[in-house]
Amino acid sequence: MKRLGLTLISAIAIFGGLLLLWQSIIWIFALPPYLLPSPARVAHAVIARFPSLVASLLLTAAAAAGGLLAALLVGLVIALFFAQFPWIRRMLYPYTILLQTVPIVAIAPMILLWMGPGLGSVTLITFIICLAPIIANTTQGLISVDRNMVDLFLMHNASRAQVLLKLRLPHAMPSLFTGVRIASGIAVIGAITGELFAGSSRVGVGGIGYAIQYASAQLETDYLFALVLAATVLGFSFFFTVMFLEWYFLHSWHESARVIDQE
Amino acid sequence: MTTRPIAVPAIDFDRATKRYGTGATTLESISSQVQRREFVSIIGPSGCGKSTLLKMVAGLSPITSGGIAIHGMTPQKARELISFIFQDATLLPWRTIRQNVVLGLELDGMARETRNAKVDAVLSLVGLSHVAGSFPRQLSGGMKMRVSIARALATRPQLLLLDEPFAALDEMTRDRLNEELLRLRDEQSWTALFVTHSVSEAVFLSTRVLILAPNPGRIAHDVSIDLPFPRTESTRRSEAFERTIAQVSRALRSVSAAAVATENGASISDEARTAGAHPA
Repeated sequence: MKRLGLTLISAIAIFGGLLLLWQSIIWIFALPPYLLPSPARVAHAVIARFPSLVASLLLTAAAAAGGLLAALLVGLVIALFFAQFPWIRRMLYPYTILLQTVPIVAIAPMILLWMGPGLGSVTLITFIICLAPIIANTTQGLISVDRNMVDLFLMHNASRAQVLLKLRLPHAMPSLFTGVRIASGIAVIGAITGELFAGSSRVGVGGIGYAIQYASAQLETDYLFALVLAATVLGFSFFFTVMFLEWYFLHSWHESARVIDQE
Repeated sequence: MTTRPIAVPAIDFDRATKRYGTGATTLESISSQVQRREFVSIIGPSGCGKSTLLKMVAGLSPITSGGIAIHGMTPQKARELISFIFQDATLLPWRTIRQNVVLGLELDGMARETRNAKVDAVLSLVGLSHVAGSFPRQLSGGMKMRVSIARALATRPQLLLLDEPFAALDEMTRDRLNEELLRLRDEQSWTALFVTHSVSEAVFLSTRVLILAPNPGRIAHDVSIDLPFPRTESTRRSEAFERTIAQVSRALRSVSAAAVATENGASISDEARTAGAHPA
């Protein structure tokens, strides 16, 4: 409890120091607000344009969460096929790596071309970049089961379904969560990147990525900062939600989830 | 469990042979019988096929030629009579101790109430009732191995196959578990086939020790262990125990020496072959 208090105080102190540094730079170099707005101006922008900020945040959150969840479902199904049928895995696994190496900024214009701008395109872009880490990690977890454990199940004439449900799937849970954790970090980045290309089907209304482009074109630098702040908050909340779920489901038995336990 | 006549041995090896692909023969024409309630240990140098032999008995590794009959049945058919204990405890880390012990009964499709009663009984038999709700990671290596034993015994097997179960444990824990195993055998009466690297462990536990020679794996010596039961700490201090260990060690050394000679490209000398105890 004492340690937690100390951590809190130091965090607040560092935050305050950064704000002070920020403000000092503006004073020393006499920067105009359109180049670097003061913390107070950014705070004012957050409050004054709160409804549109939240609207953008929610749109981006929806695309990121939708893409991530879709990638989780599809990735899990693909990983199950990969684990159950080695020949499918050997045939298709290289394409998973391909999926991971293709830069999303190169695909985004194509998706925009085919699907038009809007939430659908952004979700699809997020889905594409989230898919590879989930497939790769989950497959690894499903197939890395100890041979003796499989033999143990075979000794009881266990069916394939029993081996999958009672052995492979629970064994793969930590790996699955690792995949989702990696994907949750890039989901928000993916959604914002997508929105830079396909963020809105209506002028003035769109997610954070779209609003960033709009604000920078209008030289609304204070609102631009507010949007960056919103994006950071969103990224953090995704990451911590997944971390919490991981801890909640695994802490009783798995080593990696216990690290948080001991803090 | 079965109505077959008592004359049918627990395990009947009939020229059982194992070959992987077109490669060298792993096990060559293994013939022997293990009677019910016998405790037979298998020792031999690395690579002589001890573990493979155990997996063949379990029906986990196909027999190339010859046959193995368990209570007169094929290994696959006899699976419900057999429990296998691995070198690692192989506990499912996401299950509690109780849920781990129940696994076999659960996979066998036993009704919940029946299996719960059985698990309670076996947990108290092995002295694990107080950790039933714990997870494997909270237990020491020795405790985990006892859970593994409890899980194997929960299905009331006729035949217990053990693949170096105590190899990773410290000597004191190993000795204690050896005594525990014999106590459990008194209460439950199963046949045991036990693979180990430790001569003293083999002698302490067994009614018979089979010494395997490698390249190809075959039974080189079949030694009866005539130490009286019950075997306890005082057995370990007895002169007869020391003598038997010396005898088995000598036989094992001769087999290993021959193996080393073969590996070095030299032919196996008759001297090395017969230097040990009486051949089978």
